[in-house]
Parts: sequence; structure tokens; C-alpha cells
Amino acid sequence: MIRVDALNRKLLRDLWRIKGQAIAISMVMACGIALMISSFGTVTTLEESMNAFYDRTRFADVFATLKRAPDSLKKDIERIPGVSIIETRIVAAVNLDLPNMTEPATGQLLSLPERGAPLLNDVIILSGRYPSSQRPNEVAVTDAFANAHDLTVGDSFKAIINGNKRSLEIVGLGMTPEYIYALGPGSLMPDDKRFGVMWMGRKALAAAFDLDGAFNSLTISLQLGASEYEVIRRLDVLLEPYGGVGSYARKDQLSNFFLVNEITQLRTSGAVFPPVFLLVSAFLMNVVVSRIIATEREQIGLLKAFGYNDLEVGWVYLKLVLILVFIGLGMGIALGIWMGGGMITMYTTYYKFPLLNLGIDTGVFTSAAIISLIAGMLGGLGAVRQAARLSPAVAMAPPVPTSYKAGALSRFFAPLTISQPTRMIFRHVTRFPVRAGLTIIGVAFSVALMVMSLFFLDSIERVIAVYFFQAERQTLTLSFVEPRPALVEQEIQHLPGVIKTQPVRSVSVRLRNGHLSDRKAIQGIVSGADLARLLDTDQKVIEPPLGGLALSKHIANDLNLKVGDLVTVEVLQERRPVEQLPVVRLVEEYLGFQAYMHIDSLNRLMKEGPTVTGIHVMVDSRYADDLYATLKDTPGVAGIAQQTATLAGFRETMDNTMNVMIGFYVALASLIAFGVAYNAARIALSERSRALASLRVLGFTREEVTYILLGELGILTLASLPVGCLLGYSMALAMSPMLTTDLYNFPFVIEPSTYGWSIIVVCVSATICGLITRQRVFGLELVSALKTRE
Amino acid sequence: MPDVVQDGTRLVETFRAERITKVYETGGLRVEALRGVDLTLYEGELVVLLGPSGSGKSTLLNILGGLDLPTSGRLFFKNLELTACSPHNLTMYRRDHVGFVFQFYNLIPSLTARENISLVTEIAEDPMSAEEALEMVGLEHRLDHFPSQLSGGEQQRVAIARAIAKRPNVLLCDEPTGALDSNTGVVVLQALERANRELGTTTALITHNAGIKDMSERVIRFADGQIISVDENPEKKAPEELTW
Ligand SMILES: Nc1ncnc2c1ncn2[C@@H]1O[C@H](COP(=O)(O)OP(=O)(O)O)[C@@H](O)[C@H]1O
Ligand SMILES: [Mg+2]
Repeated sequence: MIRVDALNRKLLRDLWRIKGQAIAISMVMACGIALMISSFGTVTTLEESMNAFYDRTRFADVFATLKRAPDSLKKDIERIPGVSIIETRIVAAVNLDLPNMTEPATGQLLSLPERGAPLLNDVIILSGRYPSSQRPNEVAVTDAFANAHDLTVGDSFKAIINGNKRSLEIVGLGMTPEYIYALGPGSLMPDDKRFGVMWMGRKALAAAFDLDGAFNSLTISLQLGASEYEVIRRLDVLLEPYGGVGSYARKDQLSNFFLVNEITQLRTSGAVFPPVFLLVSAFLMNVVVSRIIATEREQIGLLKAFGYNDLEVGWVYLKLVLILVFIGLGMGIALGIWMGGGMITMYTTYYKFPLLNLGIDTGVFTSAAIISLIAGMLGGLGAVRQAARLSPAVAMAPPVPTSYKAGALSRFFAPLTISQPTRMIFRHVTRFPVRAGLTIIGVAFSVALMVMSLFFLDSIERVIAVYFFQAERQTLTLSFVEPRPALVEQEIQHLPGVIKTQPVRSVSVRLRNGHLSDRKAIQGIVSGADLARLLDTDQKVIEPPLGGLALSKHIANDLNLKVGDLVTVEVLQERRPVEQLPVVRLVEEYLGFQAYMHIDSLNRLMKEGPTVTGIHVMVDSRYADDLYATLKDTPGVAGIAQQTATLAGFRETMDNTMNVMIGFYVALASLIAFGVAYNAARIALSERSRALASLRVLGFTREEVTYILLGELGILTLASLPVGCLLGYSMALAMSPMLTTDLYNFPFVIEPSTYGWSIIVVCVSATICGLITRQRVFGLELVSALKTRE
Repeated sequence: MPDVVQDGTRLVETFRAERITKVYETGGLRVEALRGVDLTLYEGELVVLLGPSGSGKSTLLNILGGLDLPTSGRLFFKNLELTACSPHNLTMYRRDHVGFVFQFYNLIPSLTARENISLVTEIAEDPMSAEEALEMVGLEHRLDHFPSQLSGGEQQRVAIARAIAKRPNVLLCDEPTGALDSNTGVVVLQALERANRELGTTTALITHNAGIKDMSERVIRFADGQIISVDENPEKKAPEELTW
């Protein structure tokens, strides 16, 4: 037993000696584990919270919007095979007039059944009660909206309901599965100040909108095993005469779409990043353990000469590997739980539903443990095997000096005079090409990680630049409850603060190419448009096509269309014409994908005179408040989408989420760069301390000696920069389509500054590591380094 | 500088050590490696330091070579007081005046024989060429070999060539033959002797082998951190005549 203790003591001393490197390895490993645990934990939590909430609130499977259908239609719908529960309701957009807010806000008003809770999409009342079915002045609002406005049960605010200004009293605060991610019309980010969801009794709402005995919205839950596609198809047929604009499944429901999409992205990044960290830590492990074993050759020989067998000797070093793995795993788990908690908190600001506590199932822990063990073994086992196999005689014989060769490089440079220290640097790098290569790749990974995370910002900045400053330049967009004669534009022009206007004609359509189809909107655009403009794939402004469609590249891909193809356009509104139109051009869009045509052509398609559904307005900010005040009282305006507010919200969200994420990746990238560089430097120092001490004895100054050591580090770092940039470029190129959804396009853009910053961060990291190593060189014990034989 | 006249020859001092002590304190343990050493070495002489292991020979040599500083006492190299030098000045002193040869050759494995020497000549003021230096140790045919391609004796001779290439004032050798067999040892000693003779380098040579003392002018014996005797050797022998 004594001998075991002695060996364990040796193990601990070894560990203490390499503590810096041990920490570096464990930290890199911990990052991988933490990323894995936090993202999978968050995915699990989000998914479980979502499912629990959906179950509890009976979230619908199919949704439909229509103009007006009699309640009796419900019976026909019930006969569609696969339909389980049907809930009809009234949904209306209203303008809100809120205290302390000059700008207009919009509300989505939903009806509650006359008796009891909604059968589907239940509203969970957090405080107060459901509004009474009879009382037209009672509403329940989401607690997110109430919080944003400092309102609570008992407070009142004003709304323009179907042209009449009414005071509404809040009787309850609630949460709904339909607006977990509460996007207002035309906005890109949830904004609880400018968009509120509220509920009113069915009778009261029906009276206000003249929908007694009728409904304009429908939600359905399906029986197990029912065909969603069939139900939607039949439902569309049934609803068509009643102004149905196409039903859609849960997966296309906006809030759900965002939530699911977020979960998917999180799952992807949870699977992509950790392996990088684990591979880097495996590499570091290998280098460090190999080095320890190299310096302890004699001891190993001695142990064997004393009668320890291969297994016992191997076990000593294997334990070292295991300790590092467990430290990394422990730190990773702790960090992962902490990060996961942070992520959940972040999600609660954007996704409004009861989130469970971060729940990490034991499976994740187990796989984290297994994966980190594999990484550790991958790195350590080869080195340990070497130690175990070393024959005692060989181990005890003094090692011959490492053999070097004059490389092609030195022959090439022979005519030039290279100083011997410089020669030493190059010889050493080329002597261990695999190690140098791996070090380069390790540092390159951190450059790539930086490039890739900054690419997100570049991409978003491009989206903002193009969408807000090239394409959609209006201050706000008014949308009308009903299509109106184009002459209304002149009225708007005379409102205070209006500088410029542009008519909007937006039509819901189903675009069909063979069996592929997609519900989209066609936007009608005037010639010479100056506010909302059409951009081609090179971001050049183009004129809207006459007699054909300009199609978002994204839609064209989805529907497998190219320029010149014919596409079937089924209009889902008004007279519901169906026509074949050619795709005339493709346009590049980053936010929301639509089809475009000249407004005159669109009016012709709709068999109508000059008609608009909205007006883009550019507002003189000095008179903005006057304009808002006027608009608040203007009947027939269904919504006001404020582009500038959208942009501000967009930026704020980016600041909150992206910056945190990017800060995090910068930290990780620096850590990897530091870990790899530090290890390279420490290994070089340990292998070459004798050579360096010799140089000091020969009269080289500390700075000159440091140059040799750090020169090598410098060369490797420099070499890794282009490799890393290239790697980052490829990773971003691969990520770009993975991040693109049906709503956002993540264009592949990398600004030069991204490469610049990545290089700076990694160089700073390497420099810090260099400075630390320099301290070590300065502290080099000359005499004792020379006394020992290597 | 006080010159001493002895046997009618004017002797110039290279080193003068006055009551040098060196105390190592490591982890509560106090080791007095040198307990008051007075010693003068003269220009061009070859002295051998003899003494049991642990008697302080290497400690003294390292202090003479500017690798270490004594705990007390004063040490002069010609007019320069080494005991008053900054670490940087000690480095410069080593660079300009001292050549070292150690038991383990301490060649740079990534540089060839020629390059190992260039390492020194590049930073020296009036060096000989690498070829000349290697020629002095009889290795002119091993110019482009790496240390791993040389035998132990050859490596040591390259180390000597590297030490003498800058025409140092002093050559300090700590058991240069310690790791070599006697035949190879003789070749190495011949190289040292030639450098001492032809360049007039003050040479101090530590050895275990009493036989080697016969090639010196003076033999300094150490015991327990002190010099116990200094003997003149009137009949200096050539290395090949030595026996051990
Ligand atoms: N760096 C050191 N730390 C502590 N003790 C040392 C150190 N170097 C030498 N010593 C001690 O000083 C004494 C003299 O050592 P050294 O000069 O190497 O002897 P020699 O070369 O005569 O064999 C020895 O007892 C040795 O243990
Ligand atoms: Mg000694």
C-alpha cells in the first residue's frame, strides 16, 4: 500500500507542476461541456415548458382567418374527418390610445366564449378574472403588455374599436399560447409597448364589429392520426365563400414558428460547437501528457526496473488524464448550469410563457461525462500507452539529442544571413511538424470562432442597412381595415408632418407551382417608388414589373421557380381571381419574403380600380406627435407599423442577445487561443530550457533568449491567422443557410473588420500568453538547467 | 592592478577573489557551499581544481563565470568588480569574456556544429571563424553535422570550439571529461590545452581525476567549501602523457 501512496504523491506533484497547463486543458474542456449542457438543457427546458403550456392551454393544431361566416358553418366543419374540437371566435385589430405614449400602439382583440374558458388556446389568468361576456368595456390583457405600460387589474386605457373610441377596463391579466412570441403586424421583434393582446367577451366584441351570430377566426384541434394536410384542404374549400384567406397548421403559426425555430437553432449550435472544444482539449491533453512522460523517462524506467508492470505504470499516467477530465467535467457542469440559467432568463424576456426551471436530465450529464472521457482518452491514451510500453533499459539510457535536419528552408535562405536564434526557431517548428500543425489548427479554431460569431453581426448589419435604409425607407406604414380608393393617399398627404407618401396594395395569395405551394402576399408598388423600393439581387433599385411577378429569391427556391417560369396565383381575397403569371425577376430580401408587381397590374389582377390597402409615410419627426394624435382618432386605420420603432427594437434585441452571445464567444475564442498558445509555449519552454539556459550562459540576454521561444509562438500564431480566417469564412458560409428561416435571411457577409477583430483578439491572447512565458524565461535557473542531463 | 613578479615573469591577475562565501538556503535547509575563499588566477595560466564531490568547486566556477553571485566577499575580473555587477552586466561579461565547457555538452540540438559556434561569434567582438574554431579542436570535417550525428567526445570538442571561438579571456571547464572514456578524454584535453597555449586564455578546469592535475601549472584542492592547498606544478605534461 505504501508504494501506491508514493505513486499517488508523485501524481499530485506532477499535477502541481503543470497546473497552468492543467487549468488550460480543463477550461477548454469545460467550455465544450458547458456549451453542451447549457444548450441541451435549455433546449429540453424550452421544449418541455412549451409542451406543458400547449397541453395545459389546449393549443390548437389548425388556424384559419376569414371575413365572416355564420355560426352554423361550424357544423359543416365538424364533419371534416379528423377534426376534434372547433372553437370559433372573433379577432379584430384595434388602435390603442395609451396614457404616457404619444405614438400609436395596436392591439389584437380576441373574443372569449360566452361561457367558460376557451376550448382551445385557453387564456391562463394570472390575476383578476375573465371579462364578462356582456360587458363591452371589460378586457383581459397579457401581463407582458400590462407590465410594459405599468397597468394592472382595475386600470383603464382607450382603444378605437371599429371607429369608436372606448375606454376599456382591465379585469384580468393572462398568458396565451398564441402569443408566446408576440409579434405585432409588420414588426420584426416583439414589442410589448406597441403591441398588446387582449380578450373581450364574445357578445360584446360581436356587437362592436357587427358580427352577431358570426365569426371571423377559427381554431381546430385534430384527432390523433388525422391528416393535417387534408383537414386544411377541406377547410379552405369550406371557408372560401366566407372570405377565408387560407388556413394553416400549428407549425406555421407565427409565435410557435419562432419558438420552434429558436429551439432548433439552439440544438444546432449545441451540436456544432462542443466538439470543437473537446477536440482542442484532446489535442492539448496529448501534448501535455506526452511531454510529462518524455521528461519522466528515467523514472518510468526506474519503476519498471523495480518491478512495476506496464499496467501499473500506465495507470499512473492514466490517472493524470482522468483527473484533468474530471476537473474539466466538473467545471463544465457548473458553468453549464449557470449559463443555462442565464439563457432561460434571457428567453423569458422574449418568450412569454411559464418557463420551467432549467432541467437537465441525467442523460445529458451522462453523455457529457462520456464525451469528455472520450476526448480525454483520445488525447491521453496514446501517450500513456507509450509510457506503459517503454522498456526499462531504453528508458534509463540517456536520450540522444533530438535529431534535426537542415530543411529546404535553410538551404533556400543560405545566401542570406539568418541569425542562429532565428534558425533555431525555424528548425524547431519544422522538426515537429505535426505538433506545429495542430497548434496552428488549434489557434486557427479560435480565429474561426471569432470570425463566425462576428459574422452574425455583419449579417444583421447588412440586413438593417438594406432593409431599413435601402428597401423600406418609410417612417411608418398605415394599413386600412378595408381596401380603399387610391385617392385616400391625398388625404394622408395633408396630415401634419407628412413629407412623402407611397400607396400600398397588399393581397394575400397562394402561389402554386405544381404540387408546391406557399401562402404569401403580393405587394403592389408604384413606378418610381421612393419609400418602399424593390431591390434586385445586387441591391440595385429596380422598377416593379408590369404583367408579371418579381419574386423573392427565397420563395423562388421553395417553389422551384426561375425567371421565365409561370406560377399560378390564387388570390385569397375579395373576388378570388386565379391567374397564371410569369416570374419576371428575382429580388433579394432579408426580412419577410414576398412577391411584387406593379400596383396597376395588381389592381388589374384584382379586377378593381385604383385601390390601396395602406400608405407608406415619411414623417417629419418634429410633427410626429401631431400626426400620431390625429391617426389615433382616425377611423378605418387598422394598424400603424412604425419602421423606426421596429429598427430601434431590432437593435435593442441585438444588443441584449447578440452582444451577450458574441461576448461569450469572444471569451471562448480567447480561451482556446490562450490555452493552445500557452501549452505550446510551456512545452517549448520545458523541452528547450537547457538550450535556452545554454544560450544564457553563452552571454545571450534574457530578451534574446525570450525571442527564440516566443518567436516560435509568434510564427505559429501568424500562420494560424490566415488558416483561421479561411476556416471562419467556410463555417460562416455553411451557417448562413442553416440560420435562414421563412422569415429571416442571414446573408453571407463578412466585413474586413471582422477578420481584423478576430485577429486582434487572438493576437492579444497569444501576447498575454507570451508575456507569461517570458516571465518564466526570465526566471530560468541557469546553473541547475545545465547540471542535469536531459 | 597589482602585478606580481614571480620567477622573473610578470604575472597579470585575471581573477581576484576575496573571502567569498556562498550559502544556499532551500526550504529551511542551509548549505554553506563556500566558506571564505581567497584566490587569485593569473593571465594565461591553466589551473586544475580538485576535490571531493560537494566541496564547492562548481559553485566557485559558476561565480567566476558570472552565472551566480557570492553571498559575501568580493570578486574582481581584472578591474571589473563582478560582485557589484547588475544581472545585465553579468550577461555582458559572459558574452565578452567567458567561455564555458560543461560535463554535459549543452550544444543546441537544432543547430549544426558550425551554427552552434556562429551562435557565439555573431554576438562577439573579435571572434575567430567557426571553421577556425573547429579546426583548433580537430573537427574541421564535422562542420555541418548536427549534435545528434556526433559522438560524445566530438560533441564536447564542438562545445570547446564554441567556448573559445570568441577568444575569451577565461575558459571555465566543469568536469569536461566526466562523461567520456579516457581515450576520448585525452583528445578533449588536448583541445583545451591547445586553446590555452595558443590563445593565452586563463583556464580553470574542474576534475575528479587526479591524473589530470599534471597538465596544469597550479593545482587547487578543495574540501568542505574551502581551499585547503594550492600547489605549483613545475613539470607540466602534455595531455597525451597523462594517465588515469
Ligand atoms: N542550487 C543549489 N541549491 C542548494 N544547494 C546547492 C546548490 N548548488 C550546490 N549546492 C550545494 O552546495 C555544495 C557545493 O556544491 P558544488 O559546488 O556543486 O560541489 P562540487 O562541484 O564540488 O561537487 C553541495 O553541498 C551542494 O549540495
Ligand atoms: Mg561539481
